[in-house]
Amino acid sequence: MASVTLEKLNKVFGHTHIIKDVDLTVADGEFVVFVGPSGCGKSTLLRLIAGLESITDGDLKIADGVVNDLPPRERGVGMVFQSYALYPHMTVYENMAFGLKLAKMANETVDDRVMATARILQLEELLHRKPKELSGGQRQRVAMGRAMAREPRILLFDEPLSNLDASLRVQMRNEIARLHHRLGSTMIYVTHDQVEAMTLADKIVVLRAGRIEQVGSPQTLYQQPATRFVAGFIGSPTMNFMPAQLLSSDGEGCKVKAPGLGELALPQDASGESRGADLTLGVRPEHLRLAEAQGDNAFEIVNVEYLGNEVYVYLEPKAGDTLLIHRSEAPSRWDIGQRVALVPELEHVHLFDVEDRALGLAKQRQAA
Amino acid sequence: MNQYQLIKLAKRVGLYALIAVVMVYAIFPFYYAVITSLKPSSELFRVDFWLSSLDFGNYVQIFTQKSFVRAIFNSIIISLSVVLIALLLGITASYALGRVRFRGRTTVMLVILGVSMFPQVAVLSGLFEVIRALNLYNNPGGLILSYTIFTLPFTVWVLTTFMRQLPMELEEAAIMDGATPWVTITKVFLPLMWPAMATTGLLAFIAAWNEFLFALTFTLTDDQRTVPVAIALISGGSQHELPWGPIMAASVTVTVPLVILVMIFQRRIVSGLTAGAVKG
Repeated sequence: MASVTLEKLNKVFGHTHIIKDVDLTVADGEFVVFVGPSGCGKSTLLRLIAGLESITDGDLKIADGVVNDLPPRERGVGMVFQSYALYPHMTVYENMAFGLKLAKMANETVDDRVMATARILQLEELLHRKPKELSGGQRQRVAMGRAMAREPRILLFDEPLSNLDASLRVQMRNEIARLHHRLGSTMIYVTHDQVEAMTLADKIVVLRAGRIEQVGSPQTLYQQPATRFVAGFIGSPTMNFMPAQLLSSDGEGCKVKAPGLGELALPQDASGESRGADLTLGVRPEHLRLAEAQGDNAFEIVNVEYLGNEVYVYLEPKAGDTLLIHRSEAPSRWDIGQRVALVPELEHVHLFDVEDRALGLAKQRQAA
Repeated sequence: MNQYQLIKLAKRVGLYALIAVVMVYAIFPFYYAVITSLKPSSELFRVDFWLSSLDFGNYVQIFTQKSFVRAIFNSIIISLSVVLIALLLGITASYALGRVRFRGRTTVMLVILGVSMFPQVAVLSGLFEVIRALNLYNNPGGLILSYTIFTLPFTVWVLTTFMRQLPMELEEAAIMDGATPWVTITKVFLPLMWPAMATTGLLAFIAAWNEFLFALTFTLTDDQRTVPVAIALISGGSQHELPWGPIMAASVTVTVPLVILVMIFQRRIVSGLTAGAVKG
C-alpha cells in the first residue's frame, strides 16, 4: 500500500498532447476514480502510472520515490484489464501464479499467496479451470486475483466492468467496493460510467481533453461542480442548462433573467461579471418543479417516461435543441402536449459564466 | 415423384458427379503410381486400372540401394532443420514486426514479401556463389540455407499476421506480471500460436522435402543428395531404359509421410490459415 503523487505529468504521442500538466495526489488506501468522456486521456493516465507508457515530462511518485523510469514489476502495481487478458492456455491457478513464479518465489510462497487470494475472491472451486470455462464475472474475479496475488502497493483497474452485462456489473461493482473496504489498499479505477464513479470512489477525478477538470468527493462533484462540463457529466439524467442574463448583483447574490423562467434571485456571487453578461443556468432534473402554465412563461411537454419508481418529463426548450428534463416520484399528473411553467428550486440552482466556470455562493464568500 | 423432387435429385447427382471428377483428376496420378510400383517390371506397360499384382520387388530394390536410404535420411535432416530454423526466426521476427513499433516496419514487411517473389532460377547463380564462398557446396548446410531463404518470407508473414491478432492486453498483462519479451514470447504467445506454427512448419517441411532445383545444383555426390534428386537419378539397366517401377516405388515412399503429416495437421492448417478471419 502506498500513496501516489503526480507532478506536472505530461504525455505526448507524436504530435498529440494527450496528458497536459496533471497534478494529483492519491492518499494511501484511497479509492480514486478517473472519469471522463472517451478520448479524455483517462486510460493513458492509468497506463502512465502502471508503466505501460513512458512519461514525457513530469514526475510520478509512489510512496515518495520517483518511479518514472522503473518497469512495471518494480513499481509494485497490479492491473486489471478491460478484456481481462487472462492467459487462455493456463488454468486459473497458473494465471494467478504466473507473476509470482517470474519473481522467482519459492513454491510454497507461491502456493500460499495464490490460495489466500483465491479465498478472498471465492475462486477456490475454480482453480483448475481454464478461462474459457468461466463466466464473465468469474473471469473478472480471476483478473483481479492475478493482479492482487503479487500483493502490489497499488491496484489499477482499466474499465474492468464494461464487458459485463448490466446486472453483473452492479454485482461486481459491489464486490469491488467490498474488496476495497476489506483490503484497504490504494486503488485507481478508470471508467466512463459516472454511476460507477459515484458509487465506488472516495475521490473522483474528472478529466477532459488531457486536463483535470475537477477533483473531489462524489458529494462535492454533484453538489458543487466547478465547471459546466463536470455539472453535465456527473448525474443522470443530466443537468438542464438554460441561457440567462445578469440583471444585477449585490452582497446577497444576484438577479438573472432567463427566457421562459422570468427573473430569478439567486444566491450566487456575480460581482465579477458585468451587467447584462451571458450566463448559463444549471438545474438538476430533480430540482426543477412543474406548475400550471401562467402567461407566456410556458414550456410544452414533448415526452413522458415512466420508470416505475419515478417519471421523467421532457420539455421543449426555449433555446438550443437539448430537451429539458424534470424528474419526480411516480405517478405524475403531467401528460404529453400540456403546457407548464418551470419553477427551479433556487437554493439548488447552479450558475456558470461565459467560460463555463461555476460562480460561488455570495454568503460563503462573505463567511470566508 | 414430382418435378420438384426430381430436380433436387438431379442436383444431388450432379454434385456428386462433380466431386468424383475432381477426386479422380487429383488422385489418379498418385493412385496410378501406387499400382505401378506394385507391379513386376514385366507387366509395367500393360494398362491396368485396378491392382493386378502385389509385387514388392521394386521397394526391395530401392531400399537395398544405400544411396537412396541415405537420400531419405538427408531429406529428413534438411527438412527438419529448415522447419526449426524458419520457425525460430519467424517467431522472433514476427514479434518484432507485429508487436514492436519502429520506423520502417511496413518497408521491412514489403521487402520480405518482395524477396519471396523472385523465382528460384533467378537467384540460382548468385546463391551458388554465396554457397561456394561459405564453403557449403555439396553439404546439407547449403541446402538448409537456401531453403530457409525461400521459406522465411511466408513464415514471417503468416506468423506476423497471427501475432498481430493476439490481443495487445495479453502482452501488457505479461509485462505487468514482470515478464521480459522472451518470456512473453515463449510462455504466453507460443502456446497460443500452435495452429499458425503447425501450418507454416508443415508447409516449410513440404517445400524443403520436394525441392529439386537447388538440391540438384548444390550437391555433387550421392551421399549428399536429397530424395527428389535421388529419384530423378535412379537409372536402369541400360541408358535406353527408364526404370519406372523403382521410380514409382521411390515416389510413393517419399510421398506417404507427407500425406500422413497433412492428415494429422489438416485441421490445424485450415485454422492457421484462416485464423482471425472471424473473431473467435
